[in-house]
Amino acid sequence: MRGRYVIAGLGHTAYGKLGLDTVTLNVQACAEALSDAGIDKGAVDALFVKTPTSNREILYGQKVAEGLGIQPRWGGAWDQGGAANITLIAWAMMAIESRQCEIALVSYADNPRSGSSAVYGRPRGNDALHGWFSTAAGYGMIQRRHMIEYGTPPEAFAAVAMAARRHGAANPKAQLRAEISLEDYLASPWVVEPLRRDDCCLVSDGAAAVVVMSAARARSLGIDHAVPILGIGEGQTSWELPARETLTSTEAVKAGRLAFEMAGLRPADVDVAQLYDCFTITPLMTLEDYGFCAKGEVAHFVADGRIEIGGELPINTSGGLLSETGMPGMQLILEAVRQVRGTANLQVQGASVGLVSNQGGTMHTHAAMLLGG
Amino acid sequence: MTVTDELQPDIDSINRPFWEGLAEGKLLFQACGCGHRWLPARAFCPACLKATWTWQAAIGRGRIRSWVVYHHAYHPAFKDRLPYNVALVELEEGPRLLTNVLAPNDALRPDADVRLAIDIHRKVPLAVFELVEGQAT
Repeated sequence: MRGRYVIAGLGHTAYGKLGLDTVTLNVQACAEALSDAGIDKGAVDALFVKTPTSNREILYGQKVAEGLGIQPRWGGAWDQGGAANITLIAWAMMAIESRQCEIALVSYADNPRSGSSAVYGRPRGNDALHGWFSTAAGYGMIQRRHMIEYGTPPEAFAAVAMAARRHGAANPKAQLRAEISLEDYLASPWVVEPLRRDDCCLVSDGAAAVVVMSAARARSLGIDHAVPILGIGEGQTSWELPARETLTSTEAVKAGRLAFEMAGLRPADVDVAQLYDCFTITPLMTLEDYGFCAKGEVAHFVADGRIEIGGELPINTSGGLLSETGMPGMQLILEAVRQVRGTANLQVQGASVGLVSNQGGTMHTHAAMLLGG
Repeated sequence: MTVTDELQPDIDSINRPFWEGLAEGKLLFQACGCGHRWLPARAFCPACLKATWTWQAAIGRGRIRSWVVYHHAYHPAFKDRLPYNVALVELEEGPRLLTNVLAPNDALRPDADVRLAIDIHRKVPLAVFELVEGQAT
């Protein structure tokens, strides 16, 4: 499948507090993606959407299709947390490969800023009687264990936050455009210790979408900025935190291996990476699990601006979830496409291989994708 | 600690013995004939998918695997307890659970030994732990 499918178009809405419903947001992003690909909506015969995290609705995929005024053969809404975007691109590739459809839209929208963000602070079953609430707490539990096992210092987490904020500050479309220093990071208040406020991603309204088709179809349509998908991989633990044998390794190991094998590439071949950064611990563990460095050595890997623009492996070059928008993952795919096209706001010169990670739940699910020109 | 009494557990036919055990001062976990032991309660063993398990009482010793300290209350019942800890404790028998350690937050240490301390006089007794004293810090 290496290089047989492409991302032929991308689109997104503004990010922030938008006061719009999620079907409207999806339609806006999809319309822009179709326009970017230069194709008519009548050519779309598959529509894959991730359910809005903050508000689940029955038959949501059909509501978006109605909003777009299309009658896809394949489509629906998928829930796998933030790993869903890459997963849906994989579904689109497999559906096209087996001749079930030809051109797919993959889209995500949510509006927790205008609607309700209660989902992120929700009680977690009967453990709530112990005060176990929120998405942040689970990541804090993982971060603490990483600090225990490997002595990971605050500077490592700061490096991720500082890179995202620096890149976001340069992005006119980013929601949070303020650089931070190490001192700012260290002074950032605790949310769920060891997580500081600057470790936690934004909560945002917005939508983003991509058009997926075969490379051959893109060529015949004369789409010259289509970006080939080189590799894709998935992994899921599904265990809740207490049941996991380890807290410091994730399904990124499995997903990364599959994606790199399919692409015939190694981590050293990656020019720029967009790594899911719901919390700063996530890209750190993802770098280790993909094999960019040994387990426990990520603090050294991210030191000295190595993951900032101009460094050896710039990550989250449009600001990520920490700075561009809190949207769970699709914006990272868009930025990876822009980097390989050569049209990114902070362009990594000569970027030919881009990596994207998506991750869901409390590191329950993981999806990896490699793009290349 | 009475503030948390505002929250009630969801009790069903599968987890009822766990909550009844706590009311009697016991922490029960499930142990399967295949050797697997676990929490929380399930109808089928998550290892072999059989229902050949029994409830067993933990001896009440465990270790702290990780913990977090809440500086923000996501529910009014916890406002007066801030900052409070939630710890992931591994029982000597193997099962792991989320709990609270009844100690100052800055006294918690990685892999510290803890012992069960159920207050059966609470409206909803909970499996919480205290630090075993005399440990090197």
